[in-house]
Amino acid sequence: MTSPGPNGHNGHAAVAPSVPRVSQTPGEPKPASWDYAPAPETVKVSIKPRYDHFINGEWTAPKVSRVSKGKAAEDLTHFATINPANETTLAEVAQGSAADVDAAVAAARAAQPKWAALPPTERAKYIFRIARRVQERARELAILETLDSGKPIKESRDVDVPLVAAHFFYYAGWADKLAFAFPGADPKPVGVCGQVIPWNFPLLMAAWKLAPALACGNTVVLKPAETTPLTALRLAEICEEIGLPPGVVNIVTGDGRTGAALVAHSGVDKVAFTGSTEVGKRIAKSTAAPNAAGRTKRLTLELGGKSANIIFEDASIDQAVEGIISGIYFNQGEVCCAGSRVFVQESILPQVVRKLKHRMASLRVGDPIDKNTDVGAINSAAQRDKVNYYVQAGTEEGATLHDPTGAVLPQKGYFCRPYFFTDVQPSHIIAREEIFGPVLSVMSFRTPEEAISRANNSPYGLAAGVWTDKGSKIFDIARKLRAGVVWCNTYNKFDPASPFGGYKESGFGREGGVHGLRAYVSL
Amino acid sequence: MATRLDVLKTYKLFIDGAFPRSESGRSLAVNGADGAVIAHLCKASRKDLRDAVEAARRGLDKWSAATAYNRGQVMYRMAEMMEGKRRELADAISAVGGKPAGKRARTAADEVAAAIDRVIYFAGWADKHAQVLGCNNPVSGPYYNFTIVEPTGVVVVVAPDRLPLLGLISLLAPVICSGNTAVVVASQTNPIPAAVFGEVCATSDVPAGVVNILTGERDELLKVVAGHRDIDAVHAAGLSAEHTTLLREGVAENIKRVTVRGGEQIDWFGDDCQSPYWIEPFVEFKTVWHPASV
Repeated sequence: MTSPGPNGHNGHAAVAPSVPRVSQTPGEPKPASWDYAPAPETVKVSIKPRYDHFINGEWTAPKVSRVSKGKAAEDLTHFATINPANETTLAEVAQGSAADVDAAVAAARAAQPKWAALPPTERAKYIFRIARRVQERARELAILETLDSGKPIKESRDVDVPLVAAHFFYYAGWADKLAFAFPGADPKPVGVCGQVIPWNFPLLMAAWKLAPALACGNTVVLKPAETTPLTALRLAEICEEIGLPPGVVNIVTGDGRTGAALVAHSGVDKVAFTGSTEVGKRIAKSTAAPNAAGRTKRLTLELGGKSANIIFEDASIDQAVEGIISGIYFNQGEVCCAGSRVFVQESILPQVVRKLKHRMASLRVGDPIDKNTDVGAINSAAQRDKVNYYVQAGTEEGATLHDPTGAVLPQKGYFCRPYFFTDVQPSHIIAREEIFGPVLSVMSFRTPEEAISRANNSPYGLAAGVWTDKGSKIFDIARKLRAGVVWCNTYNKFDPASPFGGYKESGFGREGGVHGLRAYVSL
Repeated sequence: MATRLDVLKTYKLFIDGAFPRSESGRSLAVNGADGAVIAHLCKASRKDLRDAVEAARRGLDKWSAATAYNRGQVMYRMAEMMEGKRRELADAISAVGGKPAGKRARTAADEVAAAIDRVIYFAGWADKHAQVLGCNNPVSGPYYNFTIVEPTGVVVVVAPDRLPLLGLISLLAPVICSGNTAVVVASQTNPIPAAVFGEVCATSDVPAGVVNILTGERDELLKVVAGHRDIDAVHAAGLSAEHTTLLREGVAENIKRVTVRGGEQIDWFGDDCQSPYWIEPFVEFKTVWHPASV
């Protein structure tokens, strides 16, 4: 995983050359007058005008289950997915009804015994094939991901898609070694998995969900996020291409109602959800009751975060500043483990703030399909509005807003400049709530004890960062942080072999590594 | 010579290493095998439960920071103390009666023996589960990456009615061996063995707050458990569908980790409940990254 961008120059000609720069922070160094030339990824990716569900190995038109007055039934079966960088429609995708979910779960149920009964090495080989095909189609997948989600092509190309292939490779190899993952136990598949994934890493989250589930002999109904369904549908094409048996992977697109129908479906044995804590709690409620046979659904939740990134005075400051940047501005900050609360030891606060401003001034904000872009488009208008709400709330509560890029934002599309706040109190909304955008709160501390207590003072516990060159201090702090991932002298690194998941209200269950198998076997 | 009058024991709650009565002043009648009332135990209230959770939270720092070796020793000591109370524990079980069900008819003494052995079994896991459940991870890059286990925190243990001692111990031991602290809701039909077990804890070097034991009405207490935001996890068995749903809905309150096991399906005397996978739901996995190149 990389931080957003090498030291580039602060230029935005590629974005909107004629619009004057706005909101330059007074006293900041004036940006240079020369700019990078536009470097858009120009390979054409074919996108069909309309996509249906992928159920039982067939592209299946949605069944209409709702017809509202005054609207033709036709209007309700599909909805548009747009490019958040320019607000154009990319394609129409199906709105999954309860009947569609029903059909998908039935297909998964029918396929499951045979899939589980395959010789494990053969099951592995199907998953290896998926991995290979992802590699072969990597460029296309990266472009499509950027078009549909707004994330910089640099990230989808260098981070998301390679990690997707790696994830399938990693779990493919587990399929015929499961007994060694659970010593003394006899791992069995759990059955049909209903998986609901978010829009921030659309294809990567699909891989995180599918790969371990399939390796363990389960079949899947996956519901991609409403705003980012295209790469998951492309993955369905890959399943088709590699000859995956029908019904093993089913993909039903739609909005929150489709997801709700899936998690509540009585034919689903296991629900896996990645998304907001608020929705996770609703899912917990809707899956609480045992079914008629007295069995309860298994549940794993990967939810929100407000992760702390702690910089000690004995850290390597320049590296720490890079870590702050990759911690919060990677993927526009639309990352559940984003290091959105930075705690800087008091003695180095002015130095860190100065270096942070300097480094941020070189972030390039704009068209995500441009290969030089560091910070792309926010995924949706709703999310952009939410980020703006927090920026305003931070200002209103008395924190000081810094806008070191002063970037000119494209006139179309959903963009936010990367910001940070100083003079933030722990009680401020921006220090407590997950923003899910490129907005950072910088706070200070004096002693390690204070850093720990402030870092842990959150209902979340997904990730944390620690920066110091003292080895024993690293281990002491890493041990005391109540977080599922602790990045020491680094941040936002991901790997298929590395378990990921939260403490406290950031959820339960792990994805990645041998621990990622656990949710998909019964012992 | 006059016959000596027995000295009867008043059973109380066990909270924070002490034996308070319920703050509510209420009591719970326990019926013997013949239906007659044989004892009155404290009927813990919402406030008692909250107090117990606070005590467990206070006890967590010390217990989770204790060395794994030390936790194992304390639990072994617990088994030693139980051994000395075998008779009393067995009497407490059989006073309420209802022969323990199972493939073979087991006596109360069998249940006590199995419970003691189970404490020893999990005492031995205290300094081993981290090795079995944790690992280091071969990531593709110059990083040293490892996954360690840490206790989840404050865990409520809801004991089944069947096998009130063995069920309780089987649910509790994996929770505390891994460094969590516990609030036990005893069997409702026979809470006496749990109350006696409190005396075991009080005399076996278990730090205050690590084990807290409440007797009372499940219906009343589980509602509070479900809604309590400072309870990190629940380990229960043998609950009704309504109570199972109630506890699982409590996940929505603060993302508690809730494990409800079927009471009837489990062979409590056998190996079903003897594995590190009974510890696993009550640990958190922490993955730590550090660059391994200069």
